[in-house]
Amino acid sequence: MSTMATTERPPTMVSVFLAAAWRVFKGDLRYYGWLAVLLALIGLGVSRYVTQLERGLITTAMRDQVSWGFYIANFTFLVGIAAAAVLLVIPAYLYQFKPIREIVLFGEMVAITAVVMCSLFIMVDLGQPARFWHLLPVIGVMNFPSSLFIWDMFALSGYLVINAILVLYALWRLSTGKEYRLAFIFPLIVLSIPWAVSIHTITAFLYNGLPSRPFWNASILAPRFLASAFCSGPALMLIVLQVIRRFSAVEIENKALFKIAELVAYTMGVNFLLLTAEIFKEFYSGSVHMAPLEYLYFGLGEHGRLVPWIWEATAFNLIAFLIFLVPRLRERLLFLNVGAVLIVLGVYVEKGVGLIVPGFIPDTLGEIYEYWPTPSEGIIAAGIWAAGALLFTLMVKFTVPIYTGEIRAGRARVAEPSDRTPGALAASDAETGRT
Amino acid sequence: MEKTRVSRRAFTKGLALGLGAAAVPAGAAAFDWEAFLQKRFREMSEEEVARTIRRLERDAARRWKKEIRISAAKAMPGVVFGYGLDLSKCIGCRRCVYACVEENNQSRNPQVQWISVLRFRKDEKWSDLEGAERYYEPPAVPEPGFFYLPVGCQLCEKSPCIKVCPTGATWREPDGIVVVDYNWCIGCRYCMAACPFGARRFNWAEPTIPEGEVNPDTHYLGNRPRPKGVVEKCTLCIHRVRAGRYPACVEACPVGARKFGNLLDPGSEIRYLLDHKRVFRLKEDLNTRPKFFYFFSA
Repeated sequence: MSTMATTERPPTMVSVFLAAAWRVFKGDLRYYGWLAVLLALIGLGVSRYVTQLERGLITTAMRDQVSWGFYIANFTFLVGIAAAAVLLVIPAYLYQFKPIREIVLFGEMVAITAVVMCSLFIMVDLGQPARFWHLLPVIGVMNFPSSLFIWDMFALSGYLVINAILVLYALWRLSTGKEYRLAFIFPLIVLSIPWAVSIHTITAFLYNGLPSRPFWNASILAPRFLASAFCSGPALMLIVLQVIRRFSAVEIENKALFKIAELVAYTMGVNFLLLTAEIFKEFYSGSVHMAPLEYLYFGLGEHGRLVPWIWEATAFNLIAFLIFLVPRLRERLLFLNVGAVLIVLGVYVEKGVGLIVPGFIPDTLGEIYEYWPTPSEGIIAAGIWAAGALLFTLMVKFTVPIYTGEIRAGRARVAEPSDRTPGALAASDAETGRT
Repeated sequence: MEKTRVSRRAFTKGLALGLGAAAVPAGAAAFDWEAFLQKRFREMSEEEVARTIRRLERDAARRWKKEIRISAAKAMPGVVFGYGLDLSKCIGCRRCVYACVEENNQSRNPQVQWISVLRFRKDEKWSDLEGAERYYEPPAVPEPGFFYLPVGCQLCEKSPCIKVCPTGATWREPDGIVVVDYNWCIGCRYCMAACPFGARRFNWAEPTIPEGEVNPDTHYLGNRPRPKGVVEKCTLCIHRVRAGRYPACVEACPVGARKFGNLLDPGSEIRYLLDHKRVFRLKEDLNTRPKFFYFFSA
């Protein structure tokens, strides 16, 4: 700890960051094409959002009966994705699994992206977005501790801050070519684990605490939420990591991917167990409270808009579970990727629209209004996804040259490609070990 | 363009928010900073209330081409309102629904109604509300074999809507009326998810009322015209009941099914009803303790 302040040279770190920032704008044709596609989607989304602002939320399919829809569904799913970081942190730091330890940084950036997207989805769902300052401390009125909305705000922004500090710290150490001092950030890493659990628990409580909605008012909701989050987040990481590996000099060992897949197999098992418990309780006891679940899985009368989707999601999850359960399957990249995509899609339906919409069907006065998002909602949501993808792309683009040691303080600006020292983080870790 | 006076405190608050550029819609030169920075009603001083009301009245007059009076009358001491509804008498005519719409300046398009009248078959289960029909359109009411159950705000003592509101934009007044500050609500609709009685309505679009049909007699926490993007609900006609009058639905009911009064007054009609009828409340298992009592007189 005592060496902390003695060897740092801030100006050089700044120059590294500037060099890295400059590199963000440079890339091949595919890179520019990707950015162009994202920017186009964002532009479309923004233009639709301007219309929504002018005309009101009537441009959505939400109505008094189903007063939350696609936006809140996406928000809910993305809170789950934010778990990505932590399922990497646990094996990396608590169990000293080195191959994953090298890539935690990318998990943390996925978490940052997901939380930013969460807040965008909340913003587009507000009827009076300009009044969001009413929610802020000191200048607004926070209905705390009564409203779970405020709890969730604290939980999510705290998670954002923790992950941002971890990423910035790692980048700072890497940029100056120094060891990654675990002692300094270890408390934060340990904190991030219960904190990640808390963002899911509290988001689940947001719905869970409403006795008016029996579909959500089941005590299994929060555990289910956690289990599915620990499926979808790491599954998305499996895909993201391979993309990074493909398009950059970052080395990611297959061993790391397979370990993540193994963990996902366990969490999927738990997820299925909890789902079974829920389904058994509702259908076997058969009170009127099973109506929303019945609507979701079998339809109520002629109303069954979500039925094909939830069965598709169930099938996806089952197939992926089998793939991930069998080591010989999950350790072949083709199967691994098919499984990961199936999980992300399956959980997207199950923990998105499949969780939010049936909460309102039938509504509290017994009416059935079948919600299905409008094109406008779809385009705005796509815009936010594109914004998230853009943010993540730029963060990775910024990080990779620092991470691989391509740019480093003390050297002449940008190094030649031959100068690359991939896995710089791993090397420095090996030197220090755990402090 | 209207010249707005912004106090120094409000101005620094605005700066602190750092919203200047973000909040001004492109090309909207007349962005109303005073409205944007307006405080929550409960935090305003008497003087601020008066000033805010002047501005709101001026804006409303311009928008609706009519002079609108906005009262801020406080709850009367020693009054807690209760409501009774005689299910034996209700004929399902929905006159209460339309009287309420006119009295409380609900949007005509899109249609906003604070009261839902549910229809049930007499020989089927009904108390869980699952088989309710809201959109019955018979040539005449009452229909043989059916009965009707009007539902509005149930005046909960433990209101789930108040509990969940992130900004404290909705609260219970001393006389038991649950109100919404339309200038403080951010439109997140958490309260709508929380309300077990479907009593809350959202302005999905800019409310419209035909010219001349706007009721100019309004209350800040009640029937003053609302903007789009905020939640609204039954306030028992707060502008009337605080002036000693009945809610519009009570007056409109042709069969006298609706009862209203002060629960703290032993001589009131509502107390007579509680003492002499067997009353029940909707969804009592949720324990929200409504002050809206249903009963069968026959």
